Amino acid sequence: MSETTATLYEQLGGEAAVNAAVDIFYRKVLSDHRISRFFDNTDMDKQAAKQKSFLTMAFGGPNNYSGADMRQAHAHLVKKLGLDDSHFDAVVENLAATLQELNVPQELINQVAAIAESTRNDVLDR
Amino acid sequence: MNVHKLSVNDREIVCESGETVLDACLRENIDIPYGCRQGACQSCMVRSLQGPPPLAAQDGLKDVLRHQHHFLACLCYPQQDMSISISPPADFFTEATVIEKSLLNAETLQLTLQCRETIDYYAGQFVNLKRADGLTRSYSIANNRVHANKLSFHIRRLAGGRFSEWAHQELNVGDKLEVSDPQGLCYYLPTTLETNLLLIGTGSGLAPLAGIVSEALHHGHSGDIHLFHGSREMDGLYWIEEMQALADQYSNFHYTPCISRGDAPESVVRGRANDVAMASLPSLKGWRLYLCGHPDMVHQTKRQAFLQGAALQDIHADAFHVASATLD
Repeated sequence: MSETTATLYEQLGGEAAVNAAVDIFYRKVLSDHRISRFFDNTDMDKQAAKQKSFLTMAFGGPNNYSGADMRQAHAHLVKKLGLDDSHFDAVVENLAATLQELNVPQELINQVAAIAESTRNDVLDR
Repeated sequence: MNVHKLSVNDREIVCESGETVLDACLRENIDIPYGCRQGACQSCMVRSLQGPPPLAAQDGLKDVLRHQHHFLACLCYPQQDMSISISPPADFFTEATVIEKSLLNAETLQLTLQCRETIDYYAGQFVNLKRADGLTRSYSIANNRVHANKLSFHIRRLAGGRFSEWAHQELNVGDKLEVSDPQGLCYYLPTTLETNLLLIGTGSGLAPLAGIVSEALHHGHSGDIHLFHGSREMDGLYWIEEMQALADQYSNFHYTPCISRGDAPESVVRGRANDVAMASLPSLKGWRLYLCGHPDMVHQTKRQAFLQGAALQDIHADAFHVASATLD
């Protein structure tokens, strides 16, 4: 397979890349005062597993992404805790910063950000 | 690849070539929880009842889960016939006799039981203790594995605690109790002896941690072992001299008793055990942690330890949930 036909997931480094990114990403999210409160009452092991699923999807990897699941999972945060665009932006920012830390080329970071962006309306329940 | 038989909760099904255990169960309409189908969400975790499952099916699981032959059904391509359990195993009880009762401090009782059958437990696990009328409470095992069928527990008297009040006041040497199979994942395995260990406990959370320390030292653990035991005030601490003696004996074992209120004598640090520990060990990358005691302490510390570099799969936690406000 030539480089030009490698998928985004392959170019990023597949599952190993997800594993390298997930802890960095989750630490950034938990340390970000804009959004950390949304994670105050979560089971960290389950949350880390969800972050891994999300990153796999955003990296263009194999996934069973369902807009309905994403919507259902975040609906109570939208209703009760006021989850909005500013929080979504903060997560995308942390995702990009994670990839920069791992020296991923900007071109690929843009592609990941675009996939993450595609979940915005589901996450914000609209 | 070949076709393999699977026994799942009393049913026999067939796993076709190239099919995962999850696919086979779903095809046969067996009720099995699942989510991502790619090994990330761990919803489809099941347990092999006949020996270890294929290694690839245990990717990302905590060492203690792998040790108990748990695996992810969505990642498992059987290499032989398998017998698996989807639901958690039933609680089996064995009879035990009280052989010793002594007070560790004004509010904490050390209860030692002789079990009729040998119990295969790991230091740090807990069991359910059942009274004749069925009243049942979970308590951590306070000793290491060397003690075959003798188990000891630290039972803190809680205001209005039906079991703890009874154990303190009415339970006598010679009385019988039922003891369940050991449970829980907050335990020590002698796999990587050079790993640094951090143990933080509040109140009777010292029980499982003391068992783990004793087990680790027994196995010649060579990494640093730091134990922080906290309570509100001095009278909530216990085993101070015993732990200090152990620290004098083993150069890699470090013990720090902490109190969050009142005057602390010279050998005791003023502050919450988790805060003291986190401040004195700023980088926890590569460390293994054991956290036992008050649920808020466990929850906060888990998060803080992760932010200070510990990997989530290396953080073992046992939150003591009680229906009483007196636990600190």
